[in-house]
Amino acid sequence: MVVPVQYYLALSVALFALGVIGVLIRRNALVIYMCIEMMLNAVNLAFIGFADYFKAVDGQMFVFFVLTVAAAEVAVGLALIVAIFRNRGDVYVDNLNILKW
Amino acid sequence: MTFTIPSFHLSSIGPWLTLTVTAILILVLDALSPKGRKVCFSWLALAGLAVAAFQTIGLWGSTGTDFARMVYIDDFANFFYLIFILGAALTVLISRQYLEDYGKNMGEYYALIIFATVGMMLMAAGSHLIMIFLGLEIMSIAVYVLAGLFREDLRSNEAALKYLILGSFSSAFLLFGMAMLYGASGGTLFLNDLPLRLGADPAMAPLVLLGVGLLIVGFGFKVAAAPFHMWTPDVYEGAPTSVTAFMAVAVKAAAFAAFARVFFLAFPAIKVDWNMVLWVLAVATMTIGNVAAISQTNIKRMLAYSSIAHAGYLLMAMVAANQLGAMSLLYYLLAYTLMNLGAFGVVILVGRKKDSYLNIYDYSGLGAAHPVLAASMALFMFALAGIPPTAGFVGKFYIFSAAIQAGYIWLAIIGVMNSLVSVFYYLRITVLMYMKPAEADLGPVVFSPALTAVVALTAAGVLAIGIFPGCLYNLAMNAVKIFPGL
Repeated sequence: MVVPVQYYLALSVALFALGVIGVLIRRNALVIYMCIEMMLNAVNLAFIGFADYFKAVDGQMFVFFVLTVAAAEVAVGLALIVAIFRNRGDVYVDNLNILKW
Repeated sequence: MTFTIPSFHLSSIGPWLTLTVTAILILVLDALSPKGRKVCFSWLALAGLAVAAFQTIGLWGSTGTDFARMVYIDDFANFFYLIFILGAALTVLISRQYLEDYGKNMGEYYALIIFATVGMMLMAAGSHLIMIFLGLEIMSIAVYVLAGLFREDLRSNEAALKYLILGSFSSAFLLFGMAMLYGASGGTLFLNDLPLRLGADPAMAPLVLLGVGLLIVGFGFKVAAAPFHMWTPDVYEGAPTSVTAFMAVAVKAAAFAAFARVFFLAFPAIKVDWNMVLWVLAVATMTIGNVAAISQTNIKRMLAYSSIAHAGYLLMAMVAANQLGAMSLLYYLLAYTLMNLGAFGVVILVGRKKDSYLNIYDYSGLGAAHPVLAASMALFMFALAGIPPTAGFVGKFYIFSAAIQAGYIWLAIIGVMNSLVSVFYYLRITVLMYMKPAEADLGPVVFSPALTAVVALTAAGVLAIGIFPGCLYNLAMNAVKIFPGL
């Protein structure tokens, strides 16, 4: 059975939207970070769906790059979150309000 | 099944290789050098940047692609290479004293600056959306770390986290746009192939528009265009001043390089659609940047809003989308690199030890105490405001004439009015320096040789390319010949 490309795309858009909503409404830096990861994975899903449909390998190749970059970004992100936790004792973005006009 | 490795020439990515090797060398030396012993990483970084600049000049004039069409070799990329190298070199020069005051003069700082520069080069030369994405991330991740360099400082923490979250958020939008374009084009991501493939199937038109829209969101974040500019003032204020300078000039230049290359090469067929969106963005960005800058009292925050406003002027050049517009983008980014880095150099000098004096009222009386320093700050402010005979004036002149040439009279008028607004807050600094007495004795300004050299060089540069723009005009005009659709 072949899964139609529309299904991949619908799932991908849904995941991406969930990720966006999560970033906008959640207040814990870690959870926000997980939501961003979900958005990236939604993109991966769209690429894989299209690559399968077109039988073109670029899309699958792109996924590997996205995964690598996401890993690097998480390494930096977690390090920063740990640094903030050490300095402040929590990682709620609402409390990050020293810089305001 | 046989695999053939396509032929390639390492010399065509020479500057990238030099810089990568330099950065790795700095990291290794930093790890090996005994604690407390000072190795002059800044000189090593400068040497690497100088070699890369020579290699770029050696590449000048060559055209084509390499590495299985993944990399463009052309003067557009070379011109941007030089802007990035200049920006990085001046940043390295203004950093040393500043970082030593904080006890943070570490090897990895210079390595990260250089890695970020390599990422920018990938963005300017990438001919495949993967390359542009990779370049963007190599640059961004290095700059996230730089923004959080002062690990114990809450402001630096906050700036870095805000930048990181919003930066990766925007990258996700950019990526989703790329995925949509991949689908709409039937499985290609080469910028050269996109125009033909995107127009092939009219049923895909909504997908194309969605993709282009998401790309605008992604790039809009990186160039700090309204309404995606919210992070800019916070991050610019909280990050170390030398990093702010680097972000304001080089990161913006790189984002515009990729923005212009992608939109001018890949989407000329739907120019009408994205032009309209960018028109609105340009007007919103200029206006918000300039109006918000008026009420700022922190000089870094004021310069952040001014950098938003400048992103608006540069978007205007994108809207014009003609040869003059593309040329003015190159010229203005170079001019902006000089005048903004100069201004940040003065901010570091006046801030004294550990950024103690960042309020704009700390500049009052500077004209009497340090006439030359005040004169150069006044020059940078005039240049940013676009007053002749500085480079800022010539750049704005090119941008506005490009907009008029393309028929966007109203856009040009709004641009000029915005420049008028901007004169207010730039001149306020000058007025404070020359016409107000100093409020308190703030202690002596320590002139470190490197910092003084940067301020002198950029001041000379701003005047030189403002009075004699002809040579650069020709260079930039030749560089933008690569866009057939303009």
